[in-house]
Amino acid sequence: MPADLDTKHGGRRLSLGPLCQIPVGEGRGFEAGNERIAVFRPRCGGVYATQAHCPHRGGPLADGLLGGTTLVCPLHAWRFDLASGEVLTGGGRITTYRVVLTADGDMVIDLGIGSP
Amino acid sequence: MSGKRRLVVVGNGMAGARAVEEILTRGGGEQFAIAMFGDEPYGNYNRILLSHVLTGEQDPDEIVLNPIEWYAENGIMLHSGVRIVEIDRPGKAVFCDNALWLHYDQLVIATGSRPFMPPLEGLVGRDGRYKPGIFVFRTLDDCRHIAAAAQSSGRAAVIGGGLLGLEAARGVLGYSCEVHVIELGPYLMTQQLDAPAGAILKSTMEAMGVHVQLGKKSTAVLGEGRVEGLAFADGGTLPCDMVVIAAGIVPNRELGVRSGLTVERAIVVDDHMRSVDDPDIYVVGECAQHRGRVYGLVAPLWEQARVLADHITGRDTGAAYHGSKLGTKLKVMGVELASMGTVEAEASDEVVQFSEPRRGVYKKLIVREGRLTGAILLGDMSKAAFLTQAFERDLPLPEARRELLFDIAAPSGPSTFQDMADALQICNCNGVAKGDIGRSVRAGARTARAVMEATRAGLGCGSCKGMVGELVAWFCEGQVEEDPSVHYYVPGIPMPTPELVRSIRERSLRSVSRVFEVLTGGVEDATSKPGLASLLRTIWGRDYEDERDARFINERVHANIQKDGTFSVIPQIPGGVTTPAQLKRIAEVAERYRVPLVKITGGQRIDLLGVEKDNLPGLWTELGMPSGHAYGKSYRTCKSCVGTDFCRFGLGDSTRLAIQIEERFQGLESPGKMKLATAGCPRNCSEAMVKDLGAVAVEGGRWEIYVGGAAGAHVRKGDVLCVAESHDEVIRMMGRFIQYYRENARYLERSYSFVERIGIERLRAVLVEDREGIAAGLEQALEASISDYRDPWLEAGRPVTANQFATLLPKGASGEAARAR
Ligand code: SRM
Ligand SMILES: Cc1cc2nc3c(=O)[nH]c(=O)nc-3n(C[C@H](O)[C@H](O)[C@H](O)COP(=O)(O)OP(=O)(O)OC[C@H]3O[C@@H](n4cnc5c(N)ncnc54)[C@H](O)[C@@H]3O)c2cc1C
Ligand code: SF4
Ligand code: FES
Repeated sequence: MPADLDTKHGGRRLSLGPLCQIPVGEGRGFEAGNERIAVFRPRCGGVYATQAHCPHRGGPLADGLLGGTTLVCPLHAWRFDLASGEVLTGGGRITTYRVVLTADGDMVIDLGIGSP
Repeated sequence: MSGKRRLVVVGNGMAGARAVEEILTRGGGEQFAIAMFGDEPYGNYNRILLSHVLTGEQDPDEIVLNPIEWYAENGIMLHSGVRIVEIDRPGKAVFCDNALWLHYDQLVIATGSRPFMPPLEGLVGRDGRYKPGIFVFRTLDDCRHIAAAAQSSGRAAVIGGGLLGLEAARGVLGYSCEVHVIELGPYLMTQQLDAPAGAILKSTMEAMGVHVQLGKKSTAVLGEGRVEGLAFADGGTLPCDMVVIAAGIVPNRELGVRSGLTVERAIVVDDHMRSVDDPDIYVVGECAQHRGRVYGLVAPLWEQARVLADHITGRDTGAAYHGSKLGTKLKVMGVELASMGTVEAEASDEVVQFSEPRRGVYKKLIVREGRLTGAILLGDMSKAAFLTQAFERDLPLPEARRELLFDIAAPSGPSTFQDMADALQICNCNGVAKGDIGRSVRAGARTARAVMEATRAGLGCGSCKGMVGELVAWFCEGQVEEDPSVHYYVPGIPMPTPELVRSIRERSLRSVSRVFEVLTGGVEDATSKPGLASLLRTIWGRDYEDERDARFINERVHANIQKDGTFSVIPQIPGGVTTPAQLKRIAEVAERYRVPLVKITGGQRIDLLGVEKDNLPGLWTELGMPSGHAYGKSYRTCKSCVGTDFCRFGLGDSTRLAIQIEERFQGLESPGKMKLATAGCPRNCSEAMVKDLGAVAVEGGRWEIYVGGAAGAHVRKGDVLCVAESHDEVIRMMGRFIQYYRENARYLERSYSFVERIGIERLRAVLVEDREGIAAGLEQALEASISDYRDPWLEAGRPVTANQFATLLPKGASGEAARAR
């Protein structure tokens, strides 16, 4: 069940369910609100969320390879920094979202505060 | 920054960025505080390679020349995505479109040019913008827009049959979109070709699938809200849903006009590349007009940038630009074309010509006073390097003119290197001269790669790489060193394969994350992970700690990812032999899952394409066939001909052998793909001589074993490793080769490179004669891997990771998570 947990600052927070849906070092695609997003759990720790599709030709970012917080798109190997959203192979940015973990290990995504 | 002069550069393209690089190499960083403005939102990239980006041969990141970090590292303030709208010469300031302004002491204008838009009726919509469906081809963004539109277009028209138009047409064609090139002139590439060459090029382009319409003047764009077609002066029309305009370029000279500089076709400069009106304003690139000429190619820009830098830094205030000789190549996949200098001969010129239209070959040389003043080479570039030198350096030509056209007696390499002038440009993409390569070697570079990184030679289209390598060897006078990184197993860990294998064994590193922990201090390199995973599995077999995140997506879900994120499924069909029952099952499953495309592959099996990730497990289960491993860096398949069973020439039972081979080697991971074949006789119907491994039956019940063959991106006939007496022996010898390759090749090094690198003699010594005494060890190690084999599609019923086959998890998907645990 999506739960609108908090609407202050104009942001919208949705629960994505338990962290264990994503294996360590991989990503998974989620549907949150009306958005499709990719959520990652790199081995170096943390949980990161980005837009679901690659800005290049729409590759499924959740299927990419992770090295630290660098994500490599599975189709033509564009690289992105998960933390900043920066496109490391050419400039520009992808949308990133903040994800926080609740005390019982659920991921909550903030759709309001995405980087432009 | 006090004390430094303020240098502002307007235009962050090939000329502007190059001028700044040249200034920096002359110590300009000490003299100037540099700011650059570019209205494209990127660093500087290699515009000439956009054609390769459009065809998908290169990714945008591969053509970047100066990434954003470069500017910061060199203390340059880059304002990307910002346009300069005004120069205030009396006040010495530039104004941006975002209300920012900046003072300059000296200014470089390098605004390049933009596409020329022919005056077509209906080009512009009611909102005053170009109609949706109209494209130009100048920037990375243009390239993306064309690609996106071509994907969903049925037919495209390209206006302009010049270099750019043809490159655009070839690019669009790759998106399965019908393409018509509309050329006003009587033949293609009128600037660089004569009529006969133009005619041959036309047939070559047509053979590729590009439609060419000559002598056609476009007059109007049809369609109300968006492009629906083109109308021509002769009354005809062409329905189409996109139009790419490549009808020439216009220099971006407006800043010069508005600030009162002398502007003709472009901004007029003196021999120091300085505006003739203002000693503090330099102009470089396509927006500069020098001695009446405006250049539209990169080679002249490099010369201009060097002169500008010498002059502005005071390194050589006498530095002068004298104009450039022009040569160009067409970068259309599948067409070889170079043109230089004059195209049409004068009465007193000597013309050396050869034409073979059927093969698409045409060569024409114009010789004036024993020197080459023009050349067209189409369809055969074998003499291009030599002729380019002769043209650029004004070299005397050999008396026997036919030597200019054909490799009868090739001029020997070293003596030509000796004769070459230092200023001779070797890399035309990045403007690197012979002298630059020499300097780089003298500065300590000892490998081709080090020189390429230092000078950027060879990092553009790559066509000069061979020449760069030879020059480096020549300059090193035998001191050339091998580049260590060509032996690294993966880029992220600086160790050649054998050393990495030793390290992994000695320290008992059983998982990819452990390898990074121990060997790189925990720094993970994403692209090195799949290679390490493959190697660890090879080394440790069932003791390998499999971490799924180290695998490329294909090997996480055991299928090949497609352009739209769906997957393809290829079941095993050993030896290409199937049964009606099996075919029926495949057909039923394909229908049930509404598989969008069922295709017979080049590997003699059946591909079900376009399957959603979520449907993979179900589809495998219902097929009830093992995986064909068509997605992995692994043993793929063994093709076979019909052989003795039915063929009247068959000498050996190639089908049975292929099936035995597949049963034994199925799924083995390896540094690169392994594709095999067996042929029942040397007629070689299954192409066994050009596979990674092949067995060809010869008289006497014996099999020739070929290794290192290739017929993909690279074509190579395999080398015969040995002649085997029986099927068992074929399998044993192939096994030795496979294991040796698994333990010694770099990741992604196909057998064709590996065999060439190691050499067939050495391979025979080690694998056939067992001179190093390792054959038994290889066989044992392979046996272990084979006995660990499990069909990956069995994971259908038992996913290994949470949501392994889920494309999209629903909102708050706790149910899904529970199931996966
Ligand atoms: C399906 C198939 C084409 C077809 O419709 O027939 C095919 C499809 C692809 N080939 Fe191929 N190749 C297919 C036979 C071949 C063959 C012929 C053969 O196997 O006998 C070759 C030449 C032999 C060779 O391997 O060199 C071939 C040479 C390549 C190459 C060039 C490799 C090289 O180093 O020269 C690539 C690119 C690469 O590996 O980087 C490639 C890459 C690809 C990829 C995997 C591209 C990719 O990474 O997504 C294509 C996957 C499409 C998909 O998702 O299914 N494919 N490809 C064939 C599958 C055969 C099979 O049953 O396994
Ligand atoms: C598809 C394609 C293929 C080509 N192939 C070849 C080839 O094979 N061989 C060859 O020699 N040449 C080729 N060329 C030509 C070559 O790319 C150009 O000659 C070269 O890029 C010119 O460099 P430049 O710096 O003068 O202009 P550009 O590279 O165009 O750089 C000018 C930059 O200035 C920016 N700019 C313009 N006005 C302003 C302003 N007011 N404020 C801020 N920024 C501004 C522009 O956006 C641009 O980024 C090709 C060109 C294209 C488009
Ligand atoms: S290679 Fe020989 S045996 Fe095989 S099909 Fe051809 S002719 Fe027959
Ligand atoms: S779609 Fe992501 S790199 Fe091409």
